[in-house]
Amino acid sequence: MTSILSIKDLRKTYHGGFEALRGATLDIREGEILALLGPNGAGKTTLISTVCGITKLTSGSVSVGGFDIQSDYRAARSLIGLVPQELTLEPFETVFNTVRLSRGLFGKRRNDALLESVLKKLSLWDKRNSQIRELSGGMKRRVLIAKALSHEPRLLFLDEPTAGVDVELRKDMWDVVADLRNSGVTVILTTHYIEEAEAMADRIAVIAKGEILLVEDKDHLMRQMGQKELEVQLTASLDAVPDALSAYDLQLGAEGRSLIYTYDTRAERTGITALLNDVAAAGLTLADVQTRQSSLEDIFVTLVNDARPQEAAQ
Amino acid sequence: MNWTAIAAIYRNEMVRFFRTLGQSFLSPVISTSLYFVVFGAAIGSRIEEVDGVPYGAFIVPGLIMLSVMTQGMTNASFGIYFPKFLGSIYEVLSAPVNFLEIVIGYVGAAATKALFIGVMILATSALFVELTIAHPLAMVLFLVLTSVSFSLTGFIIGIWARNFEQLQLIPLLVVTPLVFLGGSFYSISMLPSFWQTVTLFNPVVYLISGFRWAFFGHADVPVVLSLLAIAGFTCACVVFVAWIFRTGWRLRD
Repeated sequence: MTSILSIKDLRKTYHGGFEALRGATLDIREGEILALLGPNGAGKTTLISTVCGITKLTSGSVSVGGFDIQSDYRAARSLIGLVPQELTLEPFETVFNTVRLSRGLFGKRRNDALLESVLKKLSLWDKRNSQIRELSGGMKRRVLIAKALSHEPRLLFLDEPTAGVDVELRKDMWDVVADLRNSGVTVILTTHYIEEAEAMADRIAVIAKGEILLVEDKDHLMRQMGQKELEVQLTASLDAVPDALSAYDLQLGAEGRSLIYTYDTRAERTGITALLNDVAAAGLTLADVQTRQSSLEDIFVTLVNDARPQEAAQ
Repeated sequence: MNWTAIAAIYRNEMVRFFRTLGQSFLSPVISTSLYFVVFGAAIGSRIEEVDGVPYGAFIVPGLIMLSVMTQGMTNASFGIYFPKFLGSIYEVLSAPVNFLEIVIGYVGAAATKALFIGVMILATSALFVELTIAHPLAMVLFLVLTSVSFSLTGFIIGIWARNFEQLQLIPLLVVTPLVFLGGSFYSISMLPSFWQTVTLFNPVVYLISGFRWAFFGHADVPVVLSLLAIAGFTCACVVFVAWIFRTGWRLRD
C-alpha cells in the first residue's frame, strides 16, 4: 500500500532548547486510521503541527502524497485537513461563513452544495446561520471537523477530537471518522482515550519523549503483546499461595478467595492444564474459572513505562 | 498567486467590519463633527486663514489622515492579533498560502476599511466647510498609499503583540503623538524655526503635507519628497513583513 505521509528522522527543538521530537520516523498508509498514542508532552501535537506547517522543523523530512512539506508546501498542505485540540474558533462568526473561509483558504472555488453536505453529515446544517458563540462545545468540535473537511483533504489529522465530549457525542464522532475512512480519507488520530483507539484504529503508533516507540497493526499488537489472566476462584479463602503452587508465580485475589495466573497467549504451552491439576492436587476446590485479555491501555502503559528506564539510563 | 485564498481572507475581514457597520459609520461622523465644533468653530474663529486657506478647511486633510492612519493601523493589528489570541491562526498557517497572499488579504481589508472611514470624514467635512480638491488623483494616491502603509504597520504590530496592552502601546505612545505633532491641525511654518527643524524628523509630516497639497496646492515640504517618504515607508514595511514570514518570528515556533 502506498504512503500518504512519510516522516523521516524528524527533529524539533524549540527556542528554549526543549527537544520535542527526537528523530521521529513514521509512514502512514493511504486509507487507514492510525491512532497516535502518547502521554502528555510526548510530542503528538508538535508532530502534527510540524507536518501541517504550523511549526518549523529543525531537521529531517516530511512528505505528504509525495510532496515535500518545505519545497512543495502548497501541494503538500492542500492534501491535509487539521482538527486542532483546542476549540479555536472566532466567536462572532457564523458556522457557514467560517467553513466557507476554510475552503477558500485552500484555494478551492466556492461550492455551497459540498459545504451543505458536510454540514448535514455533521448535523450542523440547522445551525449554519448561528454564531459560533451560541454553540455547545460538542458542536464547536464538529464545526472544526467541518472546516477541516471543507477542502476535501486526503489526509485528516484529528488532535484529540473527543476531549471533553460526552459519551454519546464521542460515539457519534467515531461514526463520522468511520464514514471518512470509508470515503477514502486517511485519518491520523491522537487521543488519550485508549478505548477510542481500540474501537477505531487500524494501526497504533506510540510516541513518548519525541520518539516513535512502536507502529503496529492494532489487532496484531494486541495479540502479540496481550497477556491473559486466569482467575481461579475457590470455595474457601486462603491466607497465602500454597507452596505446592509456587512455581506458577500466582497472586492472591480479593479476600484470598481466588488465585490469579498470568500467561502469555503466544507461548507454546500456557501451563493452564498443569496449574488446574496442581490446584486440585493441593486440595483446593474450584468455584469458578475466568479469563481476562489485556486491554490496549495495559499495553500502552507497559510500552511507555519500558521506555522510561531507558531514558533514565541515557 | 492563490487569489481564492486572498479573497477568502479579505471577505472574512470585511464581514467583521460590516457586522459593526453602525459603529463603523457613526464613529467617524461623530468624531469629525466634534473636531469641527472644537477646532473649526471655537478655535478656528480666532484663526482666520492658514496659507490662504480658511482654518476649517485647512484641518480637513489632517483630520482625514489622522483617522486613516489610526484606523488602518488598528484594523490591521486587530485583524491578525485576534486569530493569534484565539488560536485560529493555525488555519492560515497550515493553508497553502504564501506570506504575500496573507498580507494582501489582511492588509487589503484593513486599508479598505481605513479608506471607507477617510471617505466618510471627507463627506462629513463637506457639510461643515467649503472644500475644493486641487489634485484629486494625487489625493486618492496619497490616501491609498497612507492607508496601505499604516495597515502594514498595524499588521506588524499585531504579529509583534503578545497581549492586548502591547497591541495598543505603539499606536497610543508613538503614532498618535507623531500624527498630532505632524501638522494635522497646523502648518509647520507656524512653528519657531528650531521646532520646524525637529518636526522634519517626523515622517508623518511628509504624508500630511503631501495630502494637504493635493487639496490646496500648498505644501510644507516638497511633494516629491512626500511621495518618496511614503513609498519608502511602504517598502520598508513589506520587507519587514517578508522577514517575519521567512523566519516565522512570533508566528511559527
